[in-house]
Amino acid sequence: MMRFAKLTSVIVVLAAFASSAPAEQKSKVDPARVDTAVKSAFPGAPADWQARLTPDETMQQCSAANNTPATKVFEAIQAREKAAIKYPADGKFVGDWKKGEALAQSGYGLRFTDTAPDRVNGGNCYACHQITRQELSFGTIGPSLLQYGKNRNFSEADAKRAYEKIYNPHATFPCSLMPRFGTNSVLTIAQIVDIVALLMSPESPANK
Amino acid sequence: MNWGRWLIGGLAAVAAVSSLAVAQDDETEKAIERYRQMLRQDPWSNPALLDADRGEDLWKAPRGPKNVSLERCDLGKGPGVVDGAFGELPRYFADAKKVMDVETRLLWCMETLQGFSRAELIKRPHPAGGQPIRELGAIATYIASKSNGMKFAAKLDHPSEREMVALGEAIFMRRSGPFDFSCATCHAESGRRIRLQGLPFLSDPEAARKVVGEWPAYRVSSTHVMTMQHRLYDCYWQMRMPELELGSDASVALAAYLVSKAVGGDIAAPGLKR
Repeated sequence: MMRFAKLTSVIVVLAAFASSAPAEQKSKVDPARVDTAVKSAFPGAPADWQARLTPDETMQQCSAANNTPATKVFEAIQAREKAAIKYPADGKFVGDWKKGEALAQSGYGLRFTDTAPDRVNGGNCYACHQITRQELSFGTIGPSLLQYGKNRNFSEADAKRAYEKIYNPHATFPCSLMPRFGTNSVLTIAQIVDIVALLMSPESPANK
Repeated sequence: MNWGRWLIGGLAAVAAVSSLAVAQDDETEKAIERYRQMLRQDPWSNPALLDADRGEDLWKAPRGPKNVSLERCDLGKGPGVVDGAFGELPRYFADAKKVMDVETRLLWCMETLQGFSRAELIKRPHPAGGQPIRELGAIATYIASKSNGMKFAAKLDHPSEREMVALGEAIFMRRSGPFDFSCATCHAESGRRIRLQGLPFLSDPEAARKVVGEWPAYRVSSTHVMTMQHRLYDCYWQMRMPELELGSDASVALAAYLVSKAVGGDIAAPGLKR
């Protein structure tokens, strides 16, 4: 009887292994199959939109690691993305916070319905971040940026760091959820400098 | 300046502002909840039911070049069986050799039984704001309403079904496009918001069971019914991706992945959304 009970428990353990095996299999899918499925899901995509369907090396690594890459990959991403940052020619990182506020409010740009020829892309910062006390409609995917500059004593080094985080957040936080606004040409260098001002200028409502 | 006092003051200010925002959120949520309660007291007041009725007429009417009704369409439980069919989708269909969700299956039936052109049906399949839902969507709303009150019971155990769920998961996690977004950017954690809009953690069965079964749903902000395929199309629009094709493998795979997380949850379709 005792032996039978042991045998039963062995069978139970084996069964547990056996049932977990399909679950393991289930999570595996041929990357080529995923590529084909994605490419054929958007047959109307114009030629200059094709690149949107394929992740670059950094995005491939982040997706594969569920956005928590191992140290070596983390470092490789950081180095690669840091090298992709372009800086303002005049070396000034703090622009016009009022323009930055308008950009932080605007979610316009790059959707297939965004066809106005004269409208510029926005940064849509409030979609994910709290920035000023005045704007109560803010998202929480990113951290609150209230008092961002004040908390950093409005230092020039931190203005540069903020610029880098907006231009390419992966240079600071590999596999950040935030878009690479500069590297992916969502915003211009001048626009990013204005958004830095919203965070870093002593006059900005973010620091009041 | 005493740093400790500064810190405490700062924290108190942050807390005050965020509690203000939370209070505003709560007010909005409470108002919507009151609205939902009123609808529950009068379950016939959801405008989506008009489209479900329209869908029932369309299902039963002889239509298309072959002038036949969809009553010979097999949604998985035998030709013409609609009760409970939606709750077991997506599933593998041997005749099509494909896994299909409700809309993809209707597309197949409208093409093969009624002789409609697939290319025409998928050209502009979703309504713009203010327009009524298109015919295929109305029929899907009717089919879903015939599983209302039941639980998601998709088996998803056929090798092709398992492959579709795995494909859906991979696509859910796949980051690309100018914003580097994947579905998981917004839906991989609970309690997060975009602006004031709460975001369901869709890989979490507890959250998926609450929301997946509410589609198709009447969306107050766009004043029409939105199907699951339309909802996915809309997500990709916001993600700065091109137009997702109705019935594409990727769209069915994502629907299969969401349903795999929602299995056991209640179907409350057609639902009502912000």
